[in-house]
Amino acid sequence: MKGISSKWKWLLLFSCITICFGIYPETRTNAFSSQVIQKGAVGDDVIELQARLQNIGYYNGKIDGAYGWGTYWALRNFQQDFGLPIDGLAGTTTKQKLANASNFNKAWVHEQINKGNEFTYFGGVPIEKQVKAKGNGTGGTATGKAPSKPTTSANLPGGYSQNDIQLMANAVYGEARGEPYTGQVAVAAVILNRVESAAFPNTISGVIFEPGAFTAVADGQIWLTPNERAKEAVVDAINGWDPSGNAEYYFNPDTATSKWIWSREQIKRIGKHIFCK
Amino acid sequence: MIRNIVIALLVVVVAGTAFWGYQEHKEKNAVLINAENTYQRAFHDLSYQVDLLHDKVGSTLAMNSRYSLSPALTDVWRITSEAQSDVGQLPLTLLPFNKTEEFLSKIADFSYKTAVRDLEKEPLDDKEYATLQSLYTQAGDIQGELRKVQYLVLKNNLRWMDVEMALASGKENSDNTIIDGLKTVEKKVSGYGETNEMNPTFTSAQQRDENFKNLQGETITKEEAIATAKNYAHSKSKNLKVNVEENGKGSDYGFYSVSILDKDSDTELNMDLTKKGGYPIWYINNRDVNKTNIDLNQAHTKAEAFLKEHDFSSLELFESAQYDNIALLNFVTSENGVKIYPDSVKVKIALDDGSVIGFSADEYLKSHKTREVGNPNISEKEAKDKINSNVKIMEEGKALITNDIGEEVLCYEFLGTIKDDTYRIFINADTGQEEKVEKLKNSEPVYENLI
Repeated sequence: MKGISSKWKWLLLFSCITICFGIYPETRTNAFSSQVIQKGAVGDDVIELQARLQNIGYYNGKIDGAYGWGTYWALRNFQQDFGLPIDGLAGTTTKQKLANASNFNKAWVHEQINKGNEFTYFGGVPIEKQVKAKGNGTGGTATGKAPSKPTTSANLPGGYSQNDIQLMANAVYGEARGEPYTGQVAVAAVILNRVESAAFPNTISGVIFEPGAFTAVADGQIWLTPNERAKEAVVDAINGWDPSGNAEYYFNPDTATSKWIWSREQIKRIGKHIFCK
Repeated sequence: MIRNIVIALLVVVVAGTAFWGYQEHKEKNAVLINAENTYQRAFHDLSYQVDLLHDKVGSTLAMNSRYSLSPALTDVWRITSEAQSDVGQLPLTLLPFNKTEEFLSKIADFSYKTAVRDLEKEPLDDKEYATLQSLYTQAGDIQGELRKVQYLVLKNNLRWMDVEMALASGKENSDNTIIDGLKTVEKKVSGYGETNEMNPTFTSAQQRDENFKNLQGETITKEEAIATAKNYAHSKSKNLKVNVEENGKGSDYGFYSVSILDKDSDTELNMDLTKKGGYPIWYINNRDVNKTNIDLNQAHTKAEAFLKEHDFSSLELFESAQYDNIALLNFVTSENGVKIYPDSVKVKIALDDGSVIGFSADEYLKSHKTREVGNPNISEKEAKDKINSNVKIMEEGKALITNDIGEEVLCYEFLGTIKDDTYRIFINADTGQEEKVEKLKNSEPVYENLI
C-alpha cells in the first residue's frame, strides 16, 4: 500500500510539472528560424508569426500556416506601431520585437492544428477556452490520423481552387500521362486557352466535359488517379507557362481518327502530340 | 452430315449472339459514360459558378460607381442563371434541393433589379447594401460546402449514376457521400467575370493577338538559339543531347523550340525563343524537387539575380507564393514608381538548391515597349474620394493596367480591406472612373482537413 501511494505522489508531481510547462511555455528560446518571412510563404514560421500576432491582438484570422493578405495587414500594423519599417517582411528585427512582445506555445498550437481543431490564440484568455474540437466524437479518432500537411491552407494559383486543379490534373493525366513533362504542361495550357477562347465553354469543367472534346473523357480514362507530376504541370500552366504556343487543339497522329484535325494549321510537336491553332 | 451442319449452324448462332451481346454491352457502356460525364460537368460547373458568384458579389461590396456596379451586378445575374441551369441538370429530382435553388433565384432577382436601375440617381441604400452583404456570406457558406463535396467526389471517384440508383431504390447505403453533402448544403441555405477573375497582369485577348510585334532585333539562326538556351541551362555536363526545331505554319509568330537533354542527370530543359531577336518566351526544366532548403525570401533574391543576369531590368516583385518545394515569383516592370502590370515575368525557383527551373516572359515580350507614362489629371486624394466608403484603404500607388476594353490606362491603385477580405481597386488617373475592383483570393482551406 505504501509503495502505491508514493508512486501516486510521484505521478502527481510529474503531472503538475507537465501542466506547468504546458501553461508557461518557454517563449524566448525557440522563436522562429532564420528565414525572412514574406507574403506567399507557408510553413511552421508562418504559423508562429500568425499565432504571435494573434496573441497580441493584431491578427484575427485563422492560424493556418499560409501567409496571405490577413497576415500581411496584421504584420504591417504591428510594424507601424512598433516603429519598424513597414514592408510586410518579417526580418530579424521584426521577428525579435515580435518575439519579445508576445507569447507562443508551440506544442499547443501545433497540437490543435494536427488535430484539426478550430482554435484561436489571443492573449489574456486561457487557451483552453479558445479551442473548439472538430465535430462530434471525431476528436478521439483524429489523433490516429497522421496530419498530412503541416499547414491547413494552400496557395491558389490564379484564383483556381484545389478542386479545379485536381479536375484538370485528371484530364491531363488521362490524356498525356506517357508524355514528357512539357507536353503535359502544354495539354493543360490548351484547356486554359479554350476557357479563354470565345469558341469554347467558359469554365474548366465545361471545356473538359464538352462532348467529344477529349478522348480520355469519352472512354473514362479521366478517372484514373493522377500523379503529382500532372498536378504540377497544371499549376505551371495556370501560372502562365504555355509550351503549346497558344494552341487550342492537339492530336496524336498515330491514333487520330478524324481527318478534319489534319486540316488545322500546326504550330509544333511535343512528344507524340501535334499542337494546332 | 446433318449433325455437322446443325453443329456448325449452332456455332455460328452462338458466336453471332456473343458478338451482338458484346456490341450491345459496349454501346451501353458508352452511353453510361456519356450520361455520367454530363452529370459530372453540371456538378463541377455548379461548384465553380458558386465560387465565382461568391467572388463577384464580394467585389460589388467594394464598388462605388455605377460604371462598375451595373456591369458587375449583371454579371452576378448571369452567373446565377448558369448555376441554376447546372442544378437543373443534376439527377436531384428525388433529393430536396429547392432551398439552394431558391437562394440562387433570390440573388438573381436582387442583382437584376439593382443592375437595371440608374444607380447614379438612385444608389444602393444601406438596406440593400446589408442584403448584398448577407448574400455574400451565404454564398461563401454554400461555396465551402460544395467544394467539400467536390473534394470527396474527386478523391473517392464517386459516380453520379450510383447516386441516381441509390436515390431511386431509396436505399440508404454507406456510399452516399454526395447525397449527404448536398443535404448539408441544403441545410446551410435554409439557415442562411465572365471567366475567372484575372490578375491585372494577364494580358487581354486583344494584346495576345499582337504577338511580339514590339520586339527589336535581328532574326536569329538555329545555332544562336541553341547558344542562348545553353546560356540559360548553365549545364556543366558534357553529355548533352541538343535538339532544335522551327515552329509550324499555324503559329502567329516565328519561334524555335530547343530541348537540351542532360544524359548524366536525366533532366531535360525545354525552351522556346522568338526568331526575331532571340528572346526567351519560356523555359521549363523538368527535374524533380523533393526538398526545401531555402526560403521564399532567398528564392526572391535568386530570381532577381537571374533576371539581372539575363538583362531584364527595372522589374519589381509583385507576387510570390510557395507550392510545396517550389517558389513562384511574379515580377512586373516599374517605371518611376508606376507598376506596369501587363509587363509580367514569372520565375520558378526550386527550393532545394535555389536554381531557376522555370521562366516565362510570354506576357512581358508581348506587351513591353517604350512607353510615355503620362501625368495624372486628378490627384490621389480625388481618386481616393471615389472609393466606396466601406473600404479601409491600406496601401496606395500608381499602376498601368489593361482595362476591360483592352486599352492601357494609367490608374491609382489602392489596396484596401472590408472586414477580412482584401480588395485591389484601380481608379483611372485621368477620368476618375473606377476601372477595376478585384477581391483578392485568400488562401484556401485544405478540404481534407475539414472532413
